[in-house]
Amino acid sequence: MITMTAAAGSGHPGGSLSAADIVTTLYFRVMRHDPKNPQWEDRDRFVLSKGHSAPVLYAALAESGYFPTAQLATLRKPDSGLQGHPDRNLSLGVEMTAGSLGMGLSFGIGVALAARLDHRGYRVYVLLGDGECQEGQTWEAALSAVHFKLDDLTAIVDCNKMQLSGWTREIMNLDPLDKKWQAFGWHTIDIDGHDYDQILAAFEEARDTKGKPTVIIAHTVKGKGVSFMENNVRFHGKAPTPEEAERALKELS
Amino acid sequence: MAVEASTREAYGNALVGLGKQDPDIVVLDADLSPSTMTRYFAEAFPDRFFDCGLEEQNMIGIAAGLAASGKTVFASSFAIFVSCRCFDQLRICLSQMALNAKIVATHSGITVGEDGASHQAVEDLALYCSLPGFTVVVPSDAVETAQAVKVAASTPGPFYVRLSRSRTPLVHSEGYHFTLGKAVVLRPGKDVTIVAVGIMVAKALEAAEVLAEEGIDCQVASMPTVKPLDERFVAQAAWDTGSIVVAEEHLAHGGLGSRVAQVVAREKPVPMCFVNLGDRYAVSGKAEELVQRYGLTAGDIAVAARIAVQRK
Repeated sequence: MITMTAAAGSGHPGGSLSAADIVTTLYFRVMRHDPKNPQWEDRDRFVLSKGHSAPVLYAALAESGYFPTAQLATLRKPDSGLQGHPDRNLSLGVEMTAGSLGMGLSFGIGVALAARLDHRGYRVYVLLGDGECQEGQTWEAALSAVHFKLDDLTAIVDCNKMQLSGWTREIMNLDPLDKKWQAFGWHTIDIDGHDYDQILAAFEEARDTKGKPTVIIAHTVKGKGVSFMENNVRFHGKAPTPEEAERALKELS
Repeated sequence: MAVEASTREAYGNALVGLGKQDPDIVVLDADLSPSTMTRYFAEAFPDRFFDCGLEEQNMIGIAAGLAASGKTVFASSFAIFVSCRCFDQLRICLSQMALNAKIVATHSGITVGEDGASHQAVEDLALYCSLPGFTVVVPSDAVETAQAVKVAASTPGPFYVRLSRSRTPLVHSEGYHFTLGKAVVLRPGKDVTIVAVGIMVAKALEAAEVLAEEGIDCQVASMPTVKPLDERFVAQAAWDTGSIVVAEEHLAHGGLGSRVAQVVAREKPVPMCFVNLGDRYAVSGKAEELVQRYGLTAGDIAVAARIAVQRK
């Protein structure tokens, strides 16, 4: 993610790093998927609703084997399948075009309804940002997922407490976010979004929860793992310079 | 007076027919199924019908998710709620992803009537035609509606189908065959071509009758596919008749008139006149009252045609 955004000279490293542990757990421990058969009809689906975190999705897909990791260097280039925000491309493993926030959960509901109609057992995972929960459509979708009793649908909120221009609490407060989701009828789990055991346990609990969808509110740190990026709003939508990237990679190794 | 029939009734019945043939047809609505007539499908196939409540933006996203999973989705509401209100969702979820969802809107234009300006979709053609990959169809009567809905179901990609609240005069016989992307010449003529769409088609035919008595020989064409436009027909009409009138129940900009003018300007510039709502919103009133007040009558088309012919 650091190398990708530094090479592109633009991008959103902060919200990619905060979601990295969640996305890693999904692709390598939780989801049933087959990189050699990306259009497998029974695959579990991952929908990145917070589309600006595209680098974390691309990194997970490349590491899973959907495409060579060398291709990550094409991020944000004109002819690359790795567009600045995700562009639906099943051969690369990208399920949904996203970038305008608030749309992914609705899309995930449609995918989950299709699973029910077709009697397929796949599960649908939708990753949202906490700032994204300010979008009204998120709550339209929250209402309807419960109404349709979609227990095959799990939403994860990457709750890094920041958005583009500052602290979410100061820009448009969402607290108490867990109570809001509960009030909408979701099974709600609060976890440390950087603790693999907690992440894994939450996905197991979601799978075992019947009759309603589950939301995992994952408390995370924006820019996680790189000291000068953590909780630094500057790295919401700005790539590290080559020097910063070098320092960041040293810290991460 | 011509026989009238409801385009939305035709839609509701056509959906049931499609549902019987294809188990992958899924229908969504936003609390308006008794008016859009998707309720017929809901009654016949309750498992494949989802009422999304008053969540039009969510409905488009759900439609996209279903379509991305192999379903042929029909999503309906009033034209105003399923155009302006969810435009970003249409753009990202259906246009950019090029998914197989059909938006069929009823209660378009000013003829929705008494509900007033907030409910009168008069900019929907401009919005939908601006979205790459969308096919935009405006049937002129119930016969064409039934066929257009079937064609939409069997043609991959996103569609917008615009229907009316009121019953509309039948301009096609039961033997009519709708062809996507083709103009339909309903009356041959050599002095001027009137290109009309939706409820304006019957009025264009009326205008042509009046003009014939004055010695003006009008070609009348219905243009049910607004996008992609039958450009070959438009260019040929400009060459053959030397003047063109475009009539639509829509604002002046971005609808059929703008699209026809673009082709005429490029291929064969000839005098053109436009019958539309101009650049203003309408008010509450009975449909026929509003049609007169805002200049969408057969008489208004005749005036435009006379001017177009004079300017040749």
